[in-house]
Amino acid sequence: MSQDITLHVNGETHTFSADPEEPLLYILREEFALNGAKYGCGLHQCGACMVISDSNAEFTCLRSCSSFEGTKIITLEGLAKNGELHPVQQAFLDTQAAQCGYCLNGMIISAVALLETTPQPTESEIREALNQVICRCGTHSRFIKAVKMASEKLNS
Amino acid sequence: MKDPQFLDSSRRSFLKTTGHLMIGFNLLPLAFCQTKGATNEVPPYSGTPLRPHIDNKLIDSWIRLDAQGHLTVLSGKQELGQGIKIALIQIATEELDISPDRCHIINSDTGQTANEGFTAGSNSVEGSGKAIRNAAAEARLYLLKLAAQKWNLSPAALSVENGTIKSPSGNEISYWKLLEGKFIEGTVTGEAIPKDPKNYIYVGRSLKRDDIHKMVMGQSHFVHDLRMPGMLHARVIHPPSYQDKLVSVDLAEVNAIPGVVKVIRNGSFLAVVAEREYQAIKAATKLTSLTVWRKSQIDILPGKLIESIKTSSGDPEQVKVYPGIEEVISKAAINHQAEYFRPYQMHASMGPSCAVAIWEENLLTVWTATQGVYPVRATLADLFSLDEEKIRCIGVPGSGCYGQNGADDVSGEAALIAKELPGKHIRLQWMREDENKWEPYGTTMAFQLSAGMDSEGKIIAWNTTVWSDSHSTRPNGRASSFVSAQHLETPFEFSKGGFSAGSYRNGIPEYSIAAKQLHLYNYSGPLRVSSLRGLGAYGNTFAMESFLDELIHKSGGDPLDFRIKNLEDPRAKAVLEKLGEKSGWKSRQKTANNGFGIAYSRYKNSTSYFAVLAEVEINKTAKRYRLKKLTGVIDSGLVINPDGLINQTEGGMIQSASWSMMEEVKYDQNGITSVDWISYPILRMIDVPEVEVYIIDRPDTPPMGAGEAAMGPVSAAIANAIFDATGSRIRGLPLKAEKIEWEKI
Repeated sequence: MSQDITLHVNGETHTFSADPEEPLLYILREEFALNGAKYGCGLHQCGACMVISDSNAEFTCLRSCSSFEGTKIITLEGLAKNGELHPVQQAFLDTQAAQCGYCLNGMIISAVALLETTPQPTESEIREALNQVICRCGTHSRFIKAVKMASEKLNS
Repeated sequence: MKDPQFLDSSRRSFLKTTGHLMIGFNLLPLAFCQTKGATNEVPPYSGTPLRPHIDNKLIDSWIRLDAQGHLTVLSGKQELGQGIKIALIQIATEELDISPDRCHIINSDTGQTANEGFTAGSNSVEGSGKAIRNAAAEARLYLLKLAAQKWNLSPAALSVENGTIKSPSGNEISYWKLLEGKFIEGTVTGEAIPKDPKNYIYVGRSLKRDDIHKMVMGQSHFVHDLRMPGMLHARVIHPPSYQDKLVSVDLAEVNAIPGVVKVIRNGSFLAVVAEREYQAIKAATKLTSLTVWRKSQIDILPGKLIESIKTSSGDPEQVKVYPGIEEVISKAAINHQAEYFRPYQMHASMGPSCAVAIWEENLLTVWTATQGVYPVRATLADLFSLDEEKIRCIGVPGSGCYGQNGADDVSGEAALIAKELPGKHIRLQWMREDENKWEPYGTTMAFQLSAGMDSEGKIIAWNTTVWSDSHSTRPNGRASSFVSAQHLETPFEFSKGGFSAGSYRNGIPEYSIAAKQLHLYNYSGPLRVSSLRGLGAYGNTFAMESFLDELIHKSGGDPLDFRIKNLEDPRAKAVLEKLGEKSGWKSRQKTANNGFGIAYSRYKNSTSYFAVLAEVEINKTAKRYRLKKLTGVIDSGLVINPDGLINQTEGGMIQSASWSMMEEVKYDQNGITSVDWISYPILRMIDVPEVEVYIIDRPDTPPMGAGEAAMGPVSAAIANAIFDATGSRIRGLPLKAEKIEWEKI
């Protein structure tokens, strides 16, 4: 049954009518026409669907949209400010850290959340934080490089 | 709601005047229409002159210059995440002397690009790259001749700088001014001589991929991101197992669910269409619970698989024969025999397959992440008994596929569903379980190797027997290659249509051995199979390079020196020598808790050379090992984009490490049980080894495909490193820690 849902996404508040049980992922893709969060498994196992919710990297492919009410959601699209890429996005671009790119959303979101709490992570902290995201192309070593680069830039 | 991006009016009238417009098709439905929001979209470049592909020999089929001063390259090869777009742009702009930032590329669209078959076998740079290089060189000559005529000079007297032709006396005219909006009407004759690689400006540089910029911003890129006006969402309810038949299902209950537009049943093919994606998913879950299936059990179970393979009937294909080789081996000073095994393994794309289809007035358009738009079009034509000209397949990137995943099947299914709702765009995405259960796997294989060495440790005879199912059941014009076509009321009966030569790819050693033999038994196994990155080369190289390591160990040789000594090709020796130098092989620190393994292969025995060193660390107490580092050296001839080559090679190494250490499709009599990332785990960030890749650039030799070169050697290098560390020889993939004889260490 539909009801009014209010979400705070990328700095704007939107109220719309939806099934409160509908996972946030489908709301973001259909109601907001966002592409960053993607369907990968529908089981919270692969990280394709991640967003930042109140500074934490969260899965969205099972968790209901209504459970995100009252949180501040930032998607991949909301990371760039005034046309300038977030340092993590810029580092992924600079290191060409992508092959097919399907996992980039989860990798970048997880990295941004990590750097918010741990501005100078060790390699094992980076690996731990990004472990929740699957990458099938084997681009992992570049992701580590990119997160290190972003960390240096953020702390310089 | 925003309108789709339509052509401006001048372009539309231009299309009419070319006389080549495909009747009935809107040539620009590829615009990524957004329904809501969509504030940061960069619209796709719309200046490219559009006309259907007519003939591979026309320059215009590959190279188009438009009135806005840009260049568009057309390629029949698909971007799969391998970076083919930037590589082909570098090749074209190099020949034409145009800055790459003025260049665009259109990949695989039956409405526009050449038929280049499948984007497979690491041959895009060799195939499409060569065609584009020749066409671009020809275009440059054509334009130089036009300018020369204008100025009454010889074309040889002219030079080009970023698309502007210059004469010694100071005349200047750009390509675009010269053409005045007309097409290049020349053909690729072979008269134009491509540039000498010594003069390359763009080729050989690590130019950045434009698509990565889009991806990091979350812009629409994937077929999954397509949003069309009024688009509906579909899900297919596949049978629980391969041969199960749908007996009954209550459609009425699901039809009544809010948002459900239609439930479609055709035999055992069952699908639901809804207004919203989540409604389709919920309805599909409900529908699944209402189905009654007649079950058919899988008869060859995992425990019986090897036995079933080895007892498969029929005579072997005698791929290479050396009469009396068995006797040579049995009489040799040292002889050895061993058997190896490779299980079924998944492509396991991260994003389950997706396609969008629409039927309009008996014309079908499908947006597809297939590796072959033309073969899929031919297969759709068979499925619907329709002329190929009435179908347009537009290639859009999908999640990385690494061979034939579900992309073709989902395209066929989207078209089947869309046929029931004419005029509606239907977006169908598989669920994780659909992808895992229905994709065609890389096949299981078995290998028996025997060899003889003389008293000095020289191999004198090498005999290989391979058992393998097919490595290609790709769509080829027969509808039965679409899995759901086999489930229809009037089913298309699947037949493999022969086995592929991929089974013995890299099966015959490249090493200098006087007597070599290879026999192949074609095996029809219980699971659905098709092309997975490297085909049979993965298993064959695992077996060969592991067995070679066994022989080297028996004869007391050094794994690096032995290979170098027994290879004749200087380029093969060079990758191994460089590996030795970069990895510090001779000075490696062997301890009680580590091991080092080397492997080498020249992919297909004819393309890229790749050598790799694996280092493992063992933990005897925990009975576990860890892959610490992989160091690789690759020679793929002339390097178009060094960073792209490194990226793809690193990816191949890590993916092969995952296949080799962890992966095996699990199933029982009721079907596939590897249905998600828990039941089919792959390598994750904390277990990924450090990787290092070194390139040997050979600008004076042709570029060679590289994407599959690492797959085989990495598997053997890890097995060899485990042997070095533990003394246990694991001959059956995956290389699980429980297969190590820990008590013997």
